[in-house]
Amino acid sequence: MLASFHPTSWDVPLFLHVLGAMVLVGALLAALTAFALQWRPAVEFGATLRRFAFRSLLAAAVPAFFAMRIGAQWIYSKEFPSGSGDDPTWVGIGFMVSDLGGLLLIAACVLAWRATKREATGGLARAATILTGIILALDLVAMWAMTTKPS
Amino acid sequence: MSFDDWLIFLHVTAAFAVVASVTVFSILVVLARKIDRPAEAVAVFRIGDPATLLVQAGSVAALGFGIWIAIRSPLYHPWDGWLIGAYVLWAVAGACGARSGMAYEKIRKRAKELVAEGRLEPSEELREALRTTNGRLFHLITTLSVLGLLVLMIFKPGA
Repeated sequence: MLASFHPTSWDVPLFLHVLGAMVLVGALLAALTAFALQWRPAVEFGATLRRFAFRSLLAAAVPAFFAMRIGAQWIYSKEFPSGSGDDPTWVGIGFMVSDLGGLLLIAACVLAWRATKREATGGLARAATILTGIILALDLVAMWAMTTKPS
Repeated sequence: MSFDDWLIFLHVTAAFAVVASVTVFSILVVLARKIDRPAEAVAVFRIGDPATLLVQAGSVAALGFGIWIAIRSPLYHPWDGWLIGAYVLWAVAGACGARSGMAYEKIRKRAKELVAEGRLEPSEELREALRTTNGRLFHLITTLSVLGLLVLMIFKPGA
């Protein structure tokens, strides 16, 4: 029942937006779990888990982010054509979260990549974990704003 | 926020949990292909544990809240054609997801046994199992079914 009431011309951009957002959340979840597991003391194959997290971010989260963001802009252009007045609050929340989330995702990718070069876990992996967790939390806020549409 | 807003939020959140979990499993299926060390396989398979809980809770919640919304909405009925299609895809995704999970759980169990036996060197048996398991086929069917569900939810053919 996603997006209950909307014109059919919004279907394709909405599908792209929602699918991108869902895959983004999954990729972030995979990366966050891998990062969290490699934190544990005496964990074996910490380097494998850090590589897994980095690949999840780079190969899944980044493309999904672009799909989500392109879908968002596409549907925005249909729902709020230029000159249609001020944007509602939920649109502002969505843009703020996606722009900030995009920057944090780039930072998390760079940190995760650097962390894969290290033998043991450390500050880089820790920072990447925290950033990934923050992006995931921001996405939950966006999900709430997109579905309940607070004005 | 109205009660209906909450229902939609919970339905969408549950749907996100399902698709996000399937994404985690897809990443695992792809990245686990080249693993051949038993201890490494055990470590990597743990990544799927939170997703397993999420997909189970999310699929039941998405269906339950979805039917509730359809009952309350004046525009839809739980017996509409596109919703019947969604129930079918939900059942296919659930059945194939469970089969896929069982197939990979078997490999995980074998990897744990190898670790317990102290056989930590690369295992041809493990590599072969990860490459040829029918869990991959069942996962593909699950993924396509979930994608089909999302198409039905967004495009609502016939509604």
